[in-house]
Amino acid sequence: MNNKEKVLIKGNYAIAQAAVNAGLQCYFGYPITPQTEIGEYLSGVMPDLGRAYVCAESELAAINMVLGAVSTGVRAMTTSSSCAVALMQEALSYACGDELPVVLVNVMRAGPGLGYIYPAQGDYNQSVYGGGNGDYKIIVLAPSTVQECIDYTYRAFYLAQKYRNPVILLADGLLGQMMEPACFGENPYPEVDVSSWALTGAKNRDGRAIYSVGPDEKKQIQHIYNLFEKFEVIKKNETSFEEFETEDADIILTAFGSMTRNIKASMKVLRKKGIKVGCFRPITLSPFPHDRISELANKGKDFIVVEMNMGQMYKDIKYAVEGKTKVDLINRPCGEWLSVEEIVSSVEKIVTERGLAYATSV
Amino acid sequence: MQQVFSIPKCMKKDFRYTFCPGCDHGVAVRLVAELIDEMNLQEKAICSTCVGCSVFLYNFLDIDCVEAPHGRACASATGVKRAQPDKFVFTYQGDGDFASIGLAESMHAALRGEKFSAICINNTTYGMTGGQMGPTSLMGQKTTTSPNGRNADYYGYPIKIAEHIAQCDGTAYSARVALDTIPHINQAKKALQKAFEVQQQGLGFGFVEILSSCPTNWKMSPEEAHQRVREEMIPVFPLGVFKDVTAEGGNK
Repeated sequence: MNNKEKVLIKGNYAIAQAAVNAGLQCYFGYPITPQTEIGEYLSGVMPDLGRAYVCAESELAAINMVLGAVSTGVRAMTTSSSCAVALMQEALSYACGDELPVVLVNVMRAGPGLGYIYPAQGDYNQSVYGGGNGDYKIIVLAPSTVQECIDYTYRAFYLAQKYRNPVILLADGLLGQMMEPACFGENPYPEVDVSSWALTGAKNRDGRAIYSVGPDEKKQIQHIYNLFEKFEVIKKNETSFEEFETEDADIILTAFGSMTRNIKASMKVLRKKGIKVGCFRPITLSPFPHDRISELANKGKDFIVVEMNMGQMYKDIKYAVEGKTKVDLINRPCGEWLSVEEIVSSVEKIVTERGLAYATSV
Repeated sequence: MQQVFSIPKCMKKDFRYTFCPGCDHGVAVRLVAELIDEMNLQEKAICSTCVGCSVFLYNFLDIDCVEAPHGRACASATGVKRAQPDKFVFTYQGDGDFASIGLAESMHAALRGEKFSAICINNTTYGMTGGQMGPTSLMGQKTTTSPNGRNADYYGYPIKIAEHIAQCDGTAYSARVALDTIPHINQAKKALQKAFEVQQQGLGFGFVEILSSCPTNWKMSPEEAHQRVREEMIPVFPLGVFKDVTAEGGNK
């Protein structure tokens, strides 16, 4: 694929090709809607490149195959969706404890349980807080466009190896299935040297062991402190977000992933109606941009969180705002994305209820 | 004076086994280590370890090891081998890990003909947790979770692992061995060597099930435990080679 050319491409295919460009050596996967195209695409590409593609017997096997592959220093990933990602939580906990650079793509669908294949954003908690045991943190990147699916896939592989920490690319069914013009460009990140830890055979060195626990209690305690210290470095270096017109805003619409598109469009409509609205959008859901949200709250800005779940990121925004300003929620659990019209009218309703405190011409 | 016995080169010099006294794990690990030395595999070996009595294998062997979650050693080893086709990859698992919680991963690795070697220690119980009924517990066997003995109506039947693995088309070698006598130990080493060789030759999945004693949980002396292997286990789990694609006549 010509790297400079803009192509019209589906989110799922974009993720797959970007992974190939990022040096994906091994793909392990099990089919599940709405992300199956990723595996289908790679099954065609990987053998021709002399790279590994395995149709795993389950998601459980797939993620553990990734654990094995990345322990040898190569780039590997699995892709899946919500209820099947639930099956991988044990391995993600291991990957954090073992400090293995696992890359997992979750193209979210509706839950709980089997749910259905409607798009949704109900895996914020599963991704950010995790469903595995013990204290651990995962890096979570949330793209909002097909272009970002490409850009963040590159970044996911880089961050995973740079910090020896699992990374989740948290997309959703809308993004996986939509086509948009996007450009692959070049993978902008440098190679990461993995030679100090990768398992490649004990040649001219002692054997290496990658494991999360030992019978040495003090070592175990220190290990967890080290993991959290590492995540503080990740928070310092890698926390990323986007904001638009927050400077003069009274209210900041906040969303993650593909809902970002709708709050940006809503902001334009609301500004025309004279309501000073800005947008804030975390790119890294973990580490979460608490500090910036807190700063904005210090400036007296209220927040309205718009998301396709029952208010999962809403809680983190409230936590960051610390009661300094108001935080409201506009949401739906899954299915048809909240439209710009719905968001605009919900914001207007909130503004009216608040006694027009910050409406200049409503 | 000539030294006739020593610790294998690929074993660490400062380790202490965490196995119980009289347990056959120590013998099995030593056989693996001897073969790694003899076949010159230390520099290219990567082991996917399991959860159970052998969880600390990486403390005994001076080779590269990655920890797999309980039951996932064959999935993890698949990842290692696919990423590093030139390395020598093996798993070392218990029967609970390989044939209960990890049966799907084990059997599918065999069905795919993954080119690594898998070793499964069968001691008819969950050893590390204190002797519960496992997938290989014998009919009538009393364990902490089958206090009145295993009966078919209530508990179902034990799995014959080596025979099942032999049924998989991707399997190149599947054998069952025991460690209760010197001749059996010698046979075990030959079987392990074969399972390693079929990997080296790229022929497919190599598998050895090792009948092993568990004196602690069986509440027996080491001698009595070996007698149980002979009198109770081998009649149910017959020793032998169930598949060897290198043997004369092909698939046997």
